Amino acid sequence: MSASLSPNGQAHHEEPNYLNVTHTLKSWLLTGDHKRIAILYLISISVFFFLGSTAAGLVRLELTSPTGWLMENDTYNKAFTAHGVIMIFFFLIPSIPAVFGNFLLPIMIGARDLAFPRLNLLSWYLYMIGGTLALIGILGGGVDTGWTFYTPYSSLYSNSQVTITILGAFIAGFSSIATGINFIVTIHKMRAPGMTWFRLPLFVWAHYATSLIIILGTPVIAITLLLVIAERVFRLGVFSPELGGDPVLFQHLFWFYSHPAVYIMILPAMGVISEIMAAFCRKRVFGYSFVAFSSLAIAGLSFFVWGHHMFVTSQSMYQGFFFSLVSFLVAVPSAVKVFNWTATIYKGRVYLDTPMIYALGFIGLFTIGGLTGLYLATLGTDVHLTASYFVVAHFHYVMVGGAILGFLGALHFWWPKMFGRMYPQGWGKFNAMLVFAGFNITFLPQFVLGFNGMPRRYHYYYLYPEFQVYHILSTAGASILAVSFLIPAVYLTWSLIKGPRASANPWGAHGLEWEVASPPITTNFVTTPIVRDEVYAYDEVDEYEQVQGTEEIVHPTRTEDKH
Amino acid sequence: MNYPIVPPRASNLALEHDIVFYTITALTVFFTLLVGVLVVFFTMRYRAGNRVNRSRPVHEHLPIELAWTITPLLLGIMVFLAGAKLYVRQRTPPPEAMEIFVIGKQWMWHVQHSNGVRENNTIHVPLGKPVKLVMISQDVIHAMYIPAFRQQFQVYPGRYTEMWFTPTQVGKFHLFCNMYCGTQHSEMGGYVYVMPPDEFAEWLDSGGNDVRPTGFAAKGQQLFEKLNCGSCHGEKDTPQGTSLRGLLGKERRMKDGTTLVADQDYLVRSITHPYEHLVEGYGQEMPAYDTLTPEQVLQLAAYVRTLSSEGKASSEDALKTHSGSAATGDDNPAFGAYEHLKRMDQE
Repeated sequence: MSASLSPNGQAHHEEPNYLNVTHTLKSWLLTGDHKRIAILYLISISVFFFLGSTAAGLVRLELTSPTGWLMENDTYNKAFTAHGVIMIFFFLIPSIPAVFGNFLLPIMIGARDLAFPRLNLLSWYLYMIGGTLALIGILGGGVDTGWTFYTPYSSLYSNSQVTITILGAFIAGFSSIATGINFIVTIHKMRAPGMTWFRLPLFVWAHYATSLIIILGTPVIAITLLLVIAERVFRLGVFSPELGGDPVLFQHLFWFYSHPAVYIMILPAMGVISEIMAAFCRKRVFGYSFVAFSSLAIAGLSFFVWGHHMFVTSQSMYQGFFFSLVSFLVAVPSAVKVFNWTATIYKGRVYLDTPMIYALGFIGLFTIGGLTGLYLATLGTDVHLTASYFVVAHFHYVMVGGAILGFLGALHFWWPKMFGRMYPQGWGKFNAMLVFAGFNITFLPQFVLGFNGMPRRYHYYYLYPEFQVYHILSTAGASILAVSFLIPAVYLTWSLIKGPRASANPWGAHGLEWEVASPPITTNFVTTPIVRDEVYAYDEVDEYEQVQGTEEIVHPTRTEDKH
Repeated sequence: MNYPIVPPRASNLALEHDIVFYTITALTVFFTLLVGVLVVFFTMRYRAGNRVNRSRPVHEHLPIELAWTITPLLLGIMVFLAGAKLYVRQRTPPPEAMEIFVIGKQWMWHVQHSNGVRENNTIHVPLGKPVKLVMISQDVIHAMYIPAFRQQFQVYPGRYTEMWFTPTQVGKFHLFCNMYCGTQHSEMGGYVYVMPPDEFAEWLDSGGNDVRPTGFAAKGQQLFEKLNCGSCHGEKDTPQGTSLRGLLGKERRMKDGTTLVADQDYLVRSITHPYEHLVEGYGQEMPAYDTLTPEQVLQLAAYVRTLSSEGKASSEDALKTHSGSAATGDDNPAFGAYEHLKRMDQE
């Protein structure tokens, strides 16, 4: 962009930036800077990710034997609940929006900060309070309801720490809402001059759609969770027939939020992939407006598919038709995105750096995750497959293969921007492929398990020992996956201390965030930028230079090369 | 090692399910390969530094966008229709379907046939006849899931739900609880037994032979073995305890010099309060089994009775009763003992 911007380019490490401007703990804990809040979130969700992964590891280890060998029934039930609650409420939902959305959204639209910096800080505190309460429940006794908290088990029958854990999820919901409001207001009101709606990066569109879902959906789950607490603590009959309630009502209310929540987790990742594809193909994303509007279409339709979780409940058969049909409709915009990303590569100039490998991995895994969703949107096949390992495999392809690969891609793409340091590309690429391999070994066998009728949330399967082979395979894959999550922790920590300095635009990408220093100054820009060109304007490179040139010539802004 | 690739296809719904399933599988494989191959091919071909024609790149192309919007939409609607047709079948039991009542509770399935025959965690059904399970839960939500039949439905407290199928293959198939229901959720399962109709009718008429209500004595024998009573009370007297063979009705000499006739009352009392009447030559060896329920004590006593009746009711016979031969009259509890236990409970 030919706008007049901050003096950047070769940022010297003496220059003040948002990281070194102050050093006290207080300056971090009371910061209003969206970038510092993003770092606070990055640290906290990493801790939750570690805890959630540990629980997953315990579950996978236990399942290598049909009779179990590590724990009792109750312990196992608490382990898978801990995995679900932590990963969904305290990692996946906040992950990309709270870290990369917070950090990048204002910079991408040319703003100095989000619209409400203090609300932003409040959202982190609410997240931490919610997370702490949930951890008190999970570690101090444990919860055994599954992350879905189905009534009347959760409200009247479970003897575990349900109330405090639900309270934690309830409070964390307000953290989401605060972030969602902040993003929407910021995108509407704080775009720099010239940053029209159709010059917005697709990452911003994705976060706009996500925020809509958050502010419309989260209040519903908040009320629902409070009603569970009311029934559990005050025996107010809402969901339990013993008290005059309706157990299926909970499923409706729960999935009214929790299915859109799936899109809260995946849409930001899709935004990340659009950015990475454009940057590493050096090309405008194919069908920009289709990709942008598909995010909004997903957000809108996502509120009318919740009943596809309930095809084997007492929900009417005719409601089933409606929810199944709309579920097929919501699959279309996702397919459109995948096709557009694929077409983006065509006639691009592809650099296979670490973020790009994650993005390509995302496309593969998300395609499988999305297509296997069709089995579950289809009424007749869902009757057999629902609540089996097929579902487990499907949503892990979307949540891990999609959301977490998107998160890792974002982390590797914007890491130099956030910390001003590069990481070793060799390790990065190797690890991206390791994640891909480990992931498939873990979850492909689970499709077979599910088709053969292995129910999810089963501790013992000694009556069905024939399933053991697949469980062992899955656990072997999970071990690879575990290693592939530890490797980046090591080389990224190394990068923080010893990594080579990153330039303002180490990838040769296009976008306002690549025109400010790495790391940016507290106000992001010295003067408000004026946007004069289109987003992803990659095509000025001379045709001659590109055909005749070497990699170095077509890659003029790259200062850090592959290691 | 034995591992399944596909589940057995054992109901009228299974084939239609699998046709829809494999249709979606074909679409999944096709589109995954399409995207995968194109991504890999484009990535290799257009890698930076490759001398390829990149002239006139396209960024927008409405016909292409419409094509790849409408094609998946139409394919999706076709799959939707096929799935909906199957779903209507799955959720519409024929009026002539035979009803079986199912109660789910933490953590077992209690099944009752129309003539009153009951079974737990198993369902016996006839081949080729439509069967409708009428289900309700006693506590939390459960789900009845029979993969071989491709059929599943949730089971609620306070509300009846139905699930139907026509078995098409004789055999034994898994049934699961597929809605997480607490501690022993994973053990809340069992088997569906599909029998030829004549065998099923015989099974039903004879009161469900392999799950016939177990006699008191047989239950007592199970308990006798479980508590390991036989290690002291064996075929012959041991230093630890007397043999119980032929005990009933015998006169016993007690340590305190008195005698009494071993009757029901004595049997029962000796289980729960063994030191009240110690037989001559024995000390306070036996722990008092006063944590047993009155019913369990009665069962034990009934079993010990069978050890005393000459010939016809040896322990082997008791075992036979358990495994399901002819029903015998040993189900009558000793009423005297029952009265005694009631007294004991009131104490």
